[in-house]
Amino acid sequence: MDKSQYKDVYVFIEQREGVIQKVAIELLGKARELADSLNEKVVAMLLGYEISDKAQELIAYGADVVLCADERELVQYTTEPYAQAITQIVHERKPSVVLIGATTIGRDLGPRLSARLETGLTADCTGLAISDDRELLMTRPAFGGNLMATIICKEHRPQMSTVRPGVMRAKPKDENRQGTVENVHIAFDKSKFKVKVLETIKEQKNRIDITEAKVLVSGGRGVGNAEGFEMLGKLAETLNAEVSSSRAMVDAGVMPHDRQVGQTGKTVRPDLYFAMGISGAIQHLAGMEESEFIIAINKDKYAPIFNTADLGIVGDVKKIVPLLTEKLAAMRK
Amino acid sequence: MKIIVCIKQVPDTTEIKLDPVTGTMIRDGVPSIMNPDDKGGLEMALALKDKYGAHVTVITMGPPQADDILREAFAMGADRAIHLSDRKFAGADTLATSNAIAGALRVLDYDLIITGRQAIDGDTAQVGPQIAEHLDLPQVTYVEDLQFDGEKTFTIRKSTEEGYQMLQVEGPCIVTVLATANKARYMSVRGIVEAYDREVEVWNYNNISVDEAKLGLNGSPTRVWKSFTKGAKAAGKVFEMEPEEAANLIIEKLKEKFII
Repeated sequence: MDKSQYKDVYVFIEQREGVIQKVAIELLGKARELADSLNEKVVAMLLGYEISDKAQELIAYGADVVLCADERELVQYTTEPYAQAITQIVHERKPSVVLIGATTIGRDLGPRLSARLETGLTADCTGLAISDDRELLMTRPAFGGNLMATIICKEHRPQMSTVRPGVMRAKPKDENRQGTVENVHIAFDKSKFKVKVLETIKEQKNRIDITEAKVLVSGGRGVGNAEGFEMLGKLAETLNAEVSSSRAMVDAGVMPHDRQVGQTGKTVRPDLYFAMGISGAIQHLAGMEESEFIIAINKDKYAPIFNTADLGIVGDVKKIVPLLTEKLAAMRK
Repeated sequence: MKIIVCIKQVPDTTEIKLDPVTGTMIRDGVPSIMNPDDKGGLEMALALKDKYGAHVTVITMGPPQADDILREAFAMGADRAIHLSDRKFAGADTLATSNAIAGALRVLDYDLIITGRQAIDGDTAQVGPQIAEHLDLPQVTYVEDLQFDGEKTFTIRKSTEEGYQMLQVEGPCIVTVLATANKARYMSVRGIVEAYDREVEVWNYNNISVDEAKLGLNGSPTRVWKSFTKGAKAAGKVFEMEPEEAANLIIEKLKEKFII
């Protein structure tokens, strides 16, 4: 394949009910950096129905060109119409890079596209950069999260990557940025539309698995009892976090086993881990020390948890947590 | 109804321990298991079999020891097991893997293909949708529940970030299933005893229908350029302060880390 025909960094702009998803804005920020090092353009692919008024916002966040496919068939996401639309755009315009948010939509669409376009897709990248020979370097945690792997897709185009929400940083909005908006008409093959959406339900989700939580508020002996965990629950609510536990509190019957972090429990790797009243036995550390950022509160200033924590506070969990919850709740209003 | 369930053998990541000195993973002695989402998918197939009478085939690609999970599937109630094993499949990324599995599915009959949403050793969630594309079948991912009308139509509950979606699709189609969709049954004692006498069909490249160039390392568009371990991190700062100050400091850090 002639790689020189492929250029520019394309971003799939995920929208739901016409609302641009945060991850798309974050990807525009990353795409801007990549395009600048390639001296190429950032192209936003805005797919949906009656969404063309969103194009300017994408320019403000870093796009040079917005390709707007405003089609009734794209009013809500299903795999086939979206895969057809992007396939057509890729065939016509030949992007070098395509970035997609690793949401339930992006993780449905991305692999379908990679197979249709016969190119590589690297899932859930935590780092994206351009190499000296202008290849996209896609870094993701490999098995167990202890090893990082940088993946390249040298002989195929476009180079595709999904990125989880919250991993990349959005650029500040610049209302004065200039860019162009182009409308794209998609020639659909409707005979392939086989999945019908009956209804879309929004609900308070059940608590998610602690291994999938981005923020964990974890409690140990220092939290003491069910009442203490209720206090942690309130803090968790203000941070969209999950509550987890040390082994001691599971053995004491205060918390269920599926919430246990550590060697005999689960290994977690959230962006933020609160160790509340947890001393930090090695068995516990084994299950959480890969967390991005660890905040520990403990009365005992010699607690081993302070050797692993990024921020340690010697103090009483029962005094600090309610204060913190109150302040965070006030900020959310 | 004919159902094919794609399963994978993975290391049990919940059993992985870290070396307290070097911080690296201790791989020795980590047990291998049937990938949890795949097991949820197998249970879904077996539940359909219980209710409507279906023929359930399980298929896996992997080294010789992957035979274990096929025996486990037999013991749970699967009717046929196929083990894809060939040097030509080795070194495959997700796309090349999906091409090999699709190659096997092409020579089989099915009304429904089930895969797990993702495998716990890679978490990519790519192989299911890629198989669907190779076979030109409709796909539904993140499936929590599936109801069959007894004829042709599946009504599916798909998990989303905000809640769920109800979708309808006719077979043949592919669904990728969450482990939480249903609690997998235990192997029956008789099933376990019999599982070791039953035939697992071992298939190689000659048994399947796919272009050889699409397989293994040569058929993989992505390559590992380099891998490295995350550096061990140094201990952070520890403060002794009043609760009020402590709360403010934490909020400051949360802002810095873009948590709030």
